[in-house]
Amino acid sequence: MRGLDPQAALKDMLLAGLVALGLFAPLVGLRTDVAPTGALFIRTRWTDVAIIVGLVMAGRLAMHIFLARREARAAMADLSKPGRFATQAAWLARILGPVLLGVALLLPAIPGVGRYELDLGILVLTYIMLGWGLNIVVGLAGLLDLGYVAFYAVGAYSYALLAQYFGFSFWLCLPLAGILSAFWGILLGFPVLRLRGDYLAIVTLAFGEIIRIVLLNWVSLTGGSNGISGIPRPSFFGLPFSMEGGPGTFAGFFGIEPSPVHRVIFLYYLILALAMLTNWVSVRLRRQPLGRAWEAMREDEIACRSLGINIRNTKLSAFMIGAMFGGFAGAFFATRQGFISPESFTFIESAIILAIVVLGGLGSQIGVAIAAIVMIGGFELFRDLEEWRMLVFGAAMVLIMVWRPRGLVGSRQPTVVLRERRRIGSEHVAEGRG
Amino acid sequence: MAYALQQLINGVALGMIYGLIAVGYTMVYGIIGMINFAHGDIFMVGAFVALITIVLLLSGGIMEGPGAIMLVLLVSMCVTALYGWTVERVAYRPLRGSFRLAPLISAIGMSIVLQNYVQVAQGARVKPLEPIVPGGFTVLTEGTFVVQVSWMQLVIVLVTLAVLAVFTWLVTRTALGRSMRACEQDRRMAQLLGINTDRVISITFVIGASLAAVAGMMYLLRYGVIDFYIGFLAGVKAFTAAVLGGIGSLPGAVLGGLLIGLIETFWSAYFSVAYKDVATFAILAIVLIFMPTGLLGRAEVEKV
Repeated sequence: MRGLDPQAALKDMLLAGLVALGLFAPLVGLRTDVAPTGALFIRTRWTDVAIIVGLVMAGRLAMHIFLARREARAAMADLSKPGRFATQAAWLARILGPVLLGVALLLPAIPGVGRYELDLGILVLTYIMLGWGLNIVVGLAGLLDLGYVAFYAVGAYSYALLAQYFGFSFWLCLPLAGILSAFWGILLGFPVLRLRGDYLAIVTLAFGEIIRIVLLNWVSLTGGSNGISGIPRPSFFGLPFSMEGGPGTFAGFFGIEPSPVHRVIFLYYLILALAMLTNWVSVRLRRQPLGRAWEAMREDEIACRSLGINIRNTKLSAFMIGAMFGGFAGAFFATRQGFISPESFTFIESAIILAIVVLGGLGSQIGVAIAAIVMIGGFELFRDLEEWRMLVFGAAMVLIMVWRPRGLVGSRQPTVVLRERRRIGSEHVAEGRG
Repeated sequence: MAYALQQLINGVALGMIYGLIAVGYTMVYGIIGMINFAHGDIFMVGAFVALITIVLLLSGGIMEGPGAIMLVLLVSMCVTALYGWTVERVAYRPLRGSFRLAPLISAIGMSIVLQNYVQVAQGARVKPLEPIVPGGFTVLTEGTFVVQVSWMQLVIVLVTLAVLAVFTWLVTRTALGRSMRACEQDRRMAQLLGINTDRVISITFVIGASLAAVAGMMYLLRYGVIDFYIGFLAGVKAFTAAVLGGIGSLPGAVLGGLLIGLIETFWSAYFSVAYKDVATFAILAIVLIFMPTGLLGRAEVEKV
């Protein structure tokens, strides 16, 4: 087809440079600083602006060259051959799940994996679990929830408060936190039964913010912005992890040298087990009438209602089960950190979890896991960038979305099939309409 | 009585700012049906551009009179409009025609980008600015309580009304407004009839961003302190206002903004400042539960 038109590309490059100049000259070039007197003064940074504008222009030119080459190559390629890439990808998707699970199970035993790697693993697994939990609400039931972090907060505070005021142990609180979160899921689900799409999104966002603001301001109960500290750490089924190594402790009971790594390994396997539980429950539910009702409701609510499915119960059960897993993850978060405050439950957390679900490809279990590894692991990789880190994170979100709007794993296997099992291209599935 | 009057004045001034931002949300939602999550941060960018221009003019010693304020407003609107245009071009246009959640996630990403970009470029510290338009006049004195309207509040209300008047004229009387309304009704049909829909959408973002810039500058002049994080809460409240008024409806957005501003001010005045956001969000939830399309929204007819 048409190759690179140098004149048009050059013109476009200059235009991009001009736009970049307009964008960056005021905000990057003129930096306002507070002088010791308290007044503002301006520091100019024209070299930075010049560098950025140069980069934008070079990037635009590179994009043109790349696009022209790709177009030329696409014109040359024989389109009649079936795409080898597609079959490879299908094979990869089948094998990836077990491989990832194997790596996750063996991670603490891999040589060279220390405390830092395990902590990162715990963090990633927490987000995988949250992603799978939200996936039930957004991916399966198609209810756009922007306040999922509220249930995470309810779980965390349930455990922290029950342990603080009544001295309950972690193992007693874990189910209680799940039940309480599920209860809140129903409570917040009730008013929004009639709402759809973006209205649902904004009301769930509002609920998330309300819970956070209440936690922040109810100082007598929650300690406000100081949070709750000294949350008891979990025990190994009654055997505490202690450095003394007495007969009643984990190390003493098994006759091994006490080490702080034991607790980290235990926490790692705990969150792995919780995450796998979430996965197992959602995979099983998808095959049952309830899960099918969720998926049917996501595709078409009116058709669903005409076929006699109880929309109210279906929606509430999705909110409830999604919230329950959020609550489990919250209780785990509280016991791992030993300290919680409303700071940890801001809207940005909800946004990150939703981004993981959407980037992973809605409804795809393995996709959510990959997205969590990429986003949270990548976020950790850029740790040295400090304040640039969130900038890179946001840019990555935009870029992945533009590159693959359907998420990383965009196709899916239908749950119920007639005769032949086929993969459905992502263009044909609708979701998130609420 | 005097106390309530003062709160009413404060609430209207705040509500106008929310209303201006809400118009941007509601327009974008009307035309392409997406929540432009980055709009609150566009408002923040507008406030920052205004701040930079004011400091620049102050150091040149020419920050005087209404002319200077108009200049600041103009610069802020132009630069912010460019940001709005770029955000649409980079993050939303490639996703046009994609499924519904894709632009939302992209918008949330863009919001994170804008916030952190301003934090990196302008620093995380709060920027204080001495009052540009000081003083005001007394409306009423009741005992020791004096009801005051500051000049700034008056400027906010007048500028907002003027901007909205221009904007309403633009949407209802011009060819551009006609094509915008056509796109809102049926984008594909509008395209078939020869409307350059991509251009109309770009212009919508440009107008929305420049209205947000007006709001940003008003916010800066009224409160005197801004930081890179003001966009989030203002954005959420403005979106709440848009939904409350009925999303897609322009008068609804202004009405919603005014209501949110009044609720917030009265709640902080009579109950507690700490829970003012809870009050706002709770009222949003209640209104939506009983009127799912908002106050002035059209009920959507669902075709099967």
